Amino acid sequence: MSDHILERAAGVAQAGGELGAALATRARLMDLTQGSHDAALLPKTPGGLAHGLRAHLAARMSRICSDDALAHHYDRLGEVSPDLADLARPGHQPEAPRLAALVAYVDKMTLHPKEATAQDIDILRDAGVAEDDIVRLAGLVAFVNYQIRVAKVLRVMEGQS
Amino acid sequence: MSRVITKFTTRVPHWRPHVTPVDLDHASDEQREALRETPSNTKISEYVLVLAHDPQALTLRTPLFNGIMYDPGGLSRAERELGAVAASFVNRCIYCAAVHASRYNQITKDSSVMQKVFLDGEKADIDPRAKAILSFGVKLSLCPPEITAEDVDALRAVGLDSQEILDLTLSTALFGWANRLMHTLGEPVEKS
Repeated sequence: MSDHILERAAGVAQAGGELGAALATRARLMDLTQGSHDAALLPKTPGGLAHGLRAHLAARMSRICSDDALAHHYDRLGEVSPDLADLARPGHQPEAPRLAALVAYVDKMTLHPKEATAQDIDILRDAGVAEDDIVRLAGLVAFVNYQIRVAKVLRVMEGQS
Repeated sequence: MSRVITKFTTRVPHWRPHVTPVDLDHASDEQREALRETPSNTKISEYVLVLAHDPQALTLRTPLFNGIMYDPGGLSRAERELGAVAASFVNRCIYCAAVHASRYNQITKDSSVMQKVFLDGEKADIDPRAKAILSFGVKLSLCPPEITAEDVDALRAVGLDSQEILDLTLSTALFGWANRLMHTLGEPVEKS
């Protein structure tokens, strides 16, 4: 049985048959995926993006992509920062300029990454987001969007078996 | 300043970062360790030097990238590249699309498929198996992703088994990840 977040959220932690065998063939990749989850959500060096903030932003992305199971997981990770819990609701716009810039980036790169321009990075920089934090934020958004898509297909495949 | 490329092409452009890359001469031990392996075993690029701002993530991401694209078994190399191109097409990551369309062309020794994909997207007139893979990759890359049991069945109908469907899902989703880095942290420009 897998204790990885992705497989548990997709309901395939105990999958057998062809799907279980396929996941076992890619066990090293699923381990690296779990490691990437920890690096994006619970990094040793969080910089200017605290663990609780990351979790609430991940919950927001999960809700934008209609993934209730991952949203629930990220809500629980976010319990360390209850003051930021509103960020987990899509549509909620914080007033503080730095948080507003972070949320604008999260929403745009989850919903319409094709519209990204240099200006999106300028907005973060102008709001006081440091260069290394811009890379951390991009990595968080990119990982969660990957995880949501793998979970989506696994859930559909498990439903067929 | 070089012109930004906005149209799909198989000619690989130069990638110009919006964020200052890590200076290799002043990199920390953790950053150097993260740069020991590179995506597709290419040279240390400005792109990976940008990602080196977050060495813990990069240390895991590079072997995951290489494993999803190159580990043996399951879906063919070319069809993994097709999943990568489908995501890059939806997300309009011109750079990723160019790199992975050109790899597809090298492997298949046929440039007509990518020409049609860049011209007509999902409606490209290509063989049924490639078309089913492309269509699945496009739907999975939308937000929210639009995959149903019928979409998985459409892959099975053209001969993909569960392992191949998982591998296609991983390569397509991986490019949802890569596109959100490459297309936001920099932009493709003409090689000078």
